[in-house]
Amino acid sequence: MSKKNPEYDFKWCPGCGDFGVRRAIEFAMIDRLEETGLPMENNVVVAGIGCSGNLVHLLEGSQPYGFHGIHGRSLPIAMGVKMASPGLNVLVVAGDGDFLSIGGEHIAPQAARNLNICAVVMDNGVYGLTKGQSSPTTKFGEITSSTPYGKMEAEADPLELYLTMGVSFIAAGFSGQPRQLAQLINQGMNHQGFSMVHVQSPCTTYNDTFEMLKGNAKKGIDPLIWDVPEGHDKSDKGAAYSLLQQRGLPIGVIYEDDTRPSLDARLEEMRGRARQRTTEEILASYEF
Amino acid sequence: MEMKDFLVRFAGEGGQGVVTSAEGLAQAATQVGYHALTYATFPSQILGGPTWTQARISDEPVLSAGDYVDVLVAFNREAYDTHCDEVKEDGVIIYNSDDFQLDGDGRSFALPIEELARSTGNTRAANMVVIGALAHLVDMPQGYLDEFVEKRFRRGREGDDEIIQSNIQAMLLGRTHTSESGFTLGKLVDPQMPEYQQIMVKGNEALALGARAAGLEFYIGYPISPATTILIWMEHNLIGDGKFAYQVSSEIESITGLLGAGFAGKKAMTATAGPGFSLMSEGLGLAWMAEIPLVVVDVQRGGPATGLPTKTEQSDLMACMYPAHGDVKMPVIAVGTVEEAFFGAIKALNWAERYQGPVILMTEMSLAERVQNIRKPDLTQVDVEQRQIYQGNNGYNRYTGHELSPMPIPGNPGSYVANGSEHDEMGDTTHLPSRHIQMTERRFSKLKLLEEDDYESDNAQESIALLPWGGSKGPSLEAYNALRQNGVPLSWYYTMFLNPLPPRLLNELKQKRLVIVPELNYQGQFSGILRAEGVNAQSITQYTGLPFKVSDLIDQITAMVEIGQKESVGA
Repeated sequence: MSKKNPEYDFKWCPGCGDFGVRRAIEFAMIDRLEETGLPMENNVVVAGIGCSGNLVHLLEGSQPYGFHGIHGRSLPIAMGVKMASPGLNVLVVAGDGDFLSIGGEHIAPQAARNLNICAVVMDNGVYGLTKGQSSPTTKFGEITSSTPYGKMEAEADPLELYLTMGVSFIAAGFSGQPRQLAQLINQGMNHQGFSMVHVQSPCTTYNDTFEMLKGNAKKGIDPLIWDVPEGHDKSDKGAAYSLLQQRGLPIGVIYEDDTRPSLDARLEEMRGRARQRTTEEILASYEF
Repeated sequence: MEMKDFLVRFAGEGGQGVVTSAEGLAQAATQVGYHALTYATFPSQILGGPTWTQARISDEPVLSAGDYVDVLVAFNREAYDTHCDEVKEDGVIIYNSDDFQLDGDGRSFALPIEELARSTGNTRAANMVVIGALAHLVDMPQGYLDEFVEKRFRRGREGDDEIIQSNIQAMLLGRTHTSESGFTLGKLVDPQMPEYQQIMVKGNEALALGARAAGLEFYIGYPISPATTILIWMEHNLIGDGKFAYQVSSEIESITGLLGAGFAGKKAMTATAGPGFSLMSEGLGLAWMAEIPLVVVDVQRGGPATGLPTKTEQSDLMACMYPAHGDVKMPVIAVGTVEEAFFGAIKALNWAERYQGPVILMTEMSLAERVQNIRKPDLTQVDVEQRQIYQGNNGYNRYTGHELSPMPIPGNPGSYVANGSEHDEMGDTTHLPSRHIQMTERRFSKLKLLEEDDYESDNAQESIALLPWGGSKGPSLEAYNALRQNGVPLSWYYTMFLNPLPPRLLNELKQKRLVIVPELNYQGQFSGILRAEGVNAQSITQYTGLPFKVSDLIDQITAMVEIGQKESVGA
């Protein structure tokens, strides 16, 4: 049940990391309205399937357009929306299972195109909605409902994947810091090209990593997350790679290449060079 | 002897000019007022491999590829061996004596195609040698051919005269050489130049032109035979403000990208063939569920799986009508001629806009690659429909009620969630039984908006009817005309609207004792659908990868009519 719609019957578990991501996205979109003067309906949120995708129904306040499609296909749906109407601000929200497993084949093409959208991935290292199966980011050897003797394959490193696939803006965030996350999402939306904001968004039911991420001084647990240092040169791919090799999880902008044109910019440029003909002119070319 | 029509098959290796010769002949003939239709098969490899194309020339519009060959042009020995049995008894075989030698079989003669072309100083004129030879065989005046060469090669450039001269000389050499062989076929009747402007197009080009005429704005696709030519056409011709044509990374990207574009307000289309269509299954269900206008063209080839990529078949009908899991029944338009490919594409885009959902446009390999002369469509007469757009304020319930409602466009007030889960009126997920009932009924009720009035019928009073679909229309109509001339009691019906069927047509078919459905698949897919609707339909099936031969249809229809009549006497 959501505030706006009593018939809607989905809810996140208490303490779910996705609450913080929702908050951050609401902040980021409102900030954007103020920056651009464009109305909320200029935003389109394309959602994957899973706990995270329900974010599109749970947004509070003035409503963007939403597309809650099919499992794994949020990126190509977003590609269709953006290339149909490049003036729209298109945001993808998806989970690690949806985005990296069934949807994994769609990341590299958007990176190569430099599709001008921002994708926010809520990574909880587990399939939550289907009750706790292993996901691409579940650790090797982990016991889950679908890996009773331990996960048999290595865990994916999404940030490294994005970097090697050629994603032109890569940021890492944490759902426990919604203000900071909102800033990263806003930077991603403003980036002219394909931007990925990969968020640690723990599942309190099947894979509660909050304490591990934030640390707990009383228990002597060091935090896993740390802020990207101020001196980090985000335009340097090598530096970005080195950052990702360090222990723990850096939070902040890892990499940004603002020199590559986005797909919609390329389309504009191509139109200027291409021969444009009316339907009548094309038809006439078949006369004999 | 006077000939009404004339069928030439060119066979050889890919790259030997098989296709260009057939298309050149078709162009030469239509240029002077004949009608022409080519039919091609391709090897599934880039270079080489056995291939053949045929051109059928007539003084009347050509309905089918033709059954038996008047002239075989064999570019190599394998082509001769493969095709010589399809040549009529009184036909002629021209073999390329630059490539191989034959002992005289009484109906073949040697033509040193490349050598004659070389002697004109223009090695590219080889197909003109062949056309000249053919012209002699059917006693076609050289004046016609001169006119064709003049039109084809006069570009207003220096050297035009030289090229035109060498081409004409190549034709004359082909003619003289053939005349010396002593072979002739007869005299092809004089052409009647149609009074209307014509165009010469391939089926896939006509389809693409129709889509553009209907206001197509967004095309994405993935290469797959025999649909690739539509993608290439769009990449060249769907350019301009607000337009987008693009090759994506899979058919899953094609369908989901279309979903995004249709949702964002664009007229969106893709074209694919069997394997790609199968990958679109889930996305098509989403389009139905979320009520997103889009068009998917299925250029059928032999299936299942990779099947016969370069052969023709009509075996995707069930897949097209029921492509997805759950309660769906897609609107289906199946085109039967090159002209219908143009108008069918317009109708498909109009339907998608009209009922706000996915539409499947079916065509097939034999139509896709067929080159034919058709009347040039008058764009001022094309009826283009636009979807109903919501123009109110925010707070709109997009899925209200049991019938179509205006669609908001992102960027404008009226934001909602397009949802592949069952949803309430604002698009949010729900599991209430009452909502699933309402929304299921709503989705099916919209199909009523697509019920059309017009369909073809002839001699409707008979109790046995012939009802082909798709590309089997041409050979079926040719068979029907021949059967009617012989007084066989038979009605003719045809529509490209397979779902929903025009209601009046369905009513008429239900009154028939027997409806005969020629179709290129094993199961008799369309007759099965018709029987479920209460029509006593029986198929004539064929699953060779090739179109029907008219003579086969005549035999089988005759037998079915006889049995049908006996049964009616018995009853």
